[in-house]
Amino acid sequence: MTRTPAALVVGGAIVGIVVAAALLSFVWTPYDAVQVDPGTRLAPPGFAHWLGTDTFGRDVVSQLLVGARTTLFVGVVAVGLAGVVGTPIGILAAMGPPWLGELVMRTNDLVLAFPALLLAIMFGAVYGPSTLTAMVAIGIATVPSFARLARGGALQVLATEYVLAARSAGRPRTAIAVRHVLPNIAGLLLVQASVSFAIAVLAEAALSFLGFGTRPPTPSWGRMLQEAQQFLYLKPELALWPGLAIAIAVLGFNLLGDGLRDRFDPRLADRR
Amino acid sequence: MVLQLVRRTAVFAVSLVVASVVAFAFMSVLPGDPARVALGVNATEEAVAATRAAFGTDRPLVVQYLDWVGGLPVGDFGRSYVTAVDIGPQIVDRLLVTTWLVLSGMAVALVVAVPLGVLAAMRHRSAGGTVISAFSQVGVAVPSFLAGILLVTVFAVRLGWLPSGGWVPPAQDPVEFLRRLVLPALALGLVQGAVLTRYIRSAVLDVLREDYLRTARSKGLTPGRALVRHGLRNAAIPVVTVLGLQLATLLVGAVVVERVFVIPGLGSLLLDGVANRDLLLVQGVVIVIVLAVLVVNFLVDVAYTVLDPRLRRAT
Amino acid sequence: MNVLTVEGLDVGTADLQLVSDVSFTLVAGERVGLIGESGSGKSLTALAMLGLLPDGVRAQGSVRLAGIDHDLVGAPERRMAALRGDAMTMVFQEPMSALNPSMRVGDQVAEVMLLHGTQADRRAARAAAVEVLDSVHLPDPERLARAYPHQLSGGQRQRVMIAIALANGPSVLLADEPTTALDVTVQAQVLDLILSGVAERDAALLFITHDLAVVATVCERVLVMYGGRIVESGPVKEVFTNPHHPYTQGLLAASDMAGTGGRLRTIPGSVPAAGRFPDGCVFRTRCPNAADDCTVAPAWTESDGGGYACHHPVAAPEVPVLQVRERAVPDLPGRRPPPSSRSGTCSAPTAAGARRCGSRGHRCTRWAACRSTSRPGSGSGWSVSPGPASRR
Repeated sequence: MTRTPAALVVGGAIVGIVVAAALLSFVWTPYDAVQVDPGTRLAPPGFAHWLGTDTFGRDVVSQLLVGARTTLFVGVVAVGLAGVVGTPIGILAAMGPPWLGELVMRTNDLVLAFPALLLAIMFGAVYGPSTLTAMVAIGIATVPSFARLARGGALQVLATEYVLAARSAGRPRTAIAVRHVLPNIAGLLLVQASVSFAIAVLAEAALSFLGFGTRPPTPSWGRMLQEAQQFLYLKPELALWPGLAIAIAVLGFNLLGDGLRDRFDPRLADRR
Repeated sequence: MVLQLVRRTAVFAVSLVVASVVAFAFMSVLPGDPARVALGVNATEEAVAATRAAFGTDRPLVVQYLDWVGGLPVGDFGRSYVTAVDIGPQIVDRLLVTTWLVLSGMAVALVVAVPLGVLAAMRHRSAGGTVISAFSQVGVAVPSFLAGILLVTVFAVRLGWLPSGGWVPPAQDPVEFLRRLVLPALALGLVQGAVLTRYIRSAVLDVLREDYLRTARSKGLTPGRALVRHGLRNAAIPVVTVLGLQLATLLVGAVVVERVFVIPGLGSLLLDGVANRDLLLVQGVVIVIVLAVLVVNFLVDVAYTVLDPRLRRAT
Repeated sequence: MNVLTVEGLDVGTADLQLVSDVSFTLVAGERVGLIGESGSGKSLTALAMLGLLPDGVRAQGSVRLAGIDHDLVGAPERRMAALRGDAMTMVFQEPMSALNPSMRVGDQVAEVMLLHGTQADRRAARAAAVEVLDSVHLPDPERLARAYPHQLSGGQRQRVMIAIALANGPSVLLADEPTTALDVTVQAQVLDLILSGVAERDAALLFITHDLAVVATVCERVLVMYGGRIVESGPVKEVFTNPHHPYTQGLLAASDMAGTGGRLRTIPGSVPAAGRFPDGCVFRTRCPNAADDCTVAPAWTESDGGGYACHHPVAAPEVPVLQVRERAVPDLPGRRPPPSSRSGTCSAPTAAGARRCGSRGHRCTRWAACRSTSRPGSGSGWSVSPGPASRR
């Protein structure tokens, strides 16, 4: 099957839009996203403010754009951390002695017992809520999925004939890991990264919603939702925009992950 | 099989001990002295020392840990440094509320996902299957607190059919209890149902391709009966794992949904504890949540062995 | 009397024709082989007869079963379900995956009898299942009925499948490469089981295989399929000694049944992808005799007890291509196989012969040869008793 899966195109496009919005926010937003303007509180959508203003008179579009930046920032750091830490651990667990593999898997299970949100709340309780604690907590909670995937993939690659040949030829372990194992599991890792990114976006939104993520005044989609919740009777659409933004971003990364999986593992192509 | 069970139980016990150490250590590394915090800046050294002795924080950490852990099995979570209230009874109260939420959410998820997932698999080539897949794909992208806010907007704000939040214990007023449970249960369950639909669909699709299903039909079973009698049990094996993971997700989701619907559950207790810097309380809630996740994982392992005879060999 | 009549059976998807104009009949108790390379449409033909075609694949034409008052093609699912597993049954190629891994073997056998009302209740069906398992020579059937498939060997699982297929006394048994996935040593035993099973019940057997040696010993008549069409048919002896269609000749040569010695011949080219066969004669792209007129589909030419579809049939050879021995009726009902020694590695001479031959590569050919010498004076082609540790 050579045709590009539809999920890859749609997912890629959505992710592209979110990234573009985040980049755009660095150079231009319609208004200053954090500028409080008591004169324009809860303005309806219109020419001046496309999606209206919130309870402090801040422009919703500008906040959404800067919020994309926050979301992506947290996602990149968290998923990056998980990938950079989890992948070598997984490969090591596959190539090392059996007890090491067992130890890694058991530790994995244990970390999985601490969900990202719980970890972030614990971090927040100790070090005070911030973007950093959110990112680190989400990252740590995501490490096991990378470690498990890397270990499984590495075990498969290590069992192939060409790796057995390389090993019997006496090539050092690190060379085998870098030359053979890593390139072969890169596709799987990319899929995992995309899926983990979607989870990270969800976690960040939930944390900001609870007040454990990005601190005010930096705009974040989760906190926009939390602020809008207080005005549900007055202006319910204020909750709609950040909600849509979160859902669309998550959908994008999930679709991208699905599309990549179809691409890298054609056996699974028919399953969704 | 017995050996496997013993092994799993051992793993479970060790995990629990390590988890309790982690939870305890986490809260103990915190700078600041609970006694001084409790008394305020103007307290005399003697008063602080006396409070420390009363809290037990003057003892070595290991002793403190053992004291804390030793109390857990009998429901003694210690007494809060901040509110001077026993933590155990609070946790039990709130856990009950959260359990209602999680179980009703899981029920909603199953009611939605089992028929939709099976249908999507059986009709995966037709428009109906595609629509279900699209629905679940979108559902996965909606966080439960967003679903909660949307549900409140529609059913509480716009239509006024149901209350927007709050909690009434079932013993006090069963009808009101249900009225207040509906929206949070839907918020949790619909989202989990979307995730579950995808897993069930893929598990059933896998089973539909199995030779033994063709055998079942060659025996004279119609496609539907073949799937029910031979397929679902086998499809359930991977789904049970997901269900376990989902219970953990639901528990965490409940923390956020409780905030949306102002429900006095474990999540609210945790967040209140953090807000009040009531670390012993946070520690207690954390270990309860982690314990719940570990118990569910353990049960999933056991369920696996029961469902799949291939795993039952006594090794 | 014909128990099964297939006429003008077409199978295809919306845009691909996979099986075209297949017609044949089966008489009660008759054993007919359906041979051809992979992708020639053998399995699809069988699945179409049972109404078990995959999604999106449809059949046209006519399949009539004696005692059934409607055509099987296009019949509603409910009616097809009622005769599947009862009047017409099937044994599949892959025994390892054909049984439900989470259901006890006995229950899987009992189910087919409960389903068609052969046994009144669960208890009776369970007891009957043990009997059926015993009749396919499975050791300790009581215990085995309570086992799960993963506790059985491949050969044992295939015996269970055969037990399921025979439990309700079908009038037609379709066997789709039932021995291909099995160890050589087990193949003969399983084959014998199928043969005695159909003989006992006077059922017609359609035996799908690409193993010509098996056809030579198992079947009386053979249908040769290529490109979704039957290109030649007739009595096994006739077709195998005097093939008319170049494809049949190629198959025989490739199987080395002719015992040409030396190098193994193959049919040039490869089987086209499903539905991508040329128009006219489907074999013309690989045929040594192909000429311009082969772009027109050849008509069916009747010959001794069969026929062929070819414009340029193979000339009759001076020396028969293959000697096929007559085989006698296999084990009859009630007849128990000879008691086997518990100590011996393989009490049955046939199995021993098969094993010995099997180690030599060209097992099919030699196998057939072994068989004819294995039981001198017995008169029967071959008869196999169960493995060493079987009977109580």
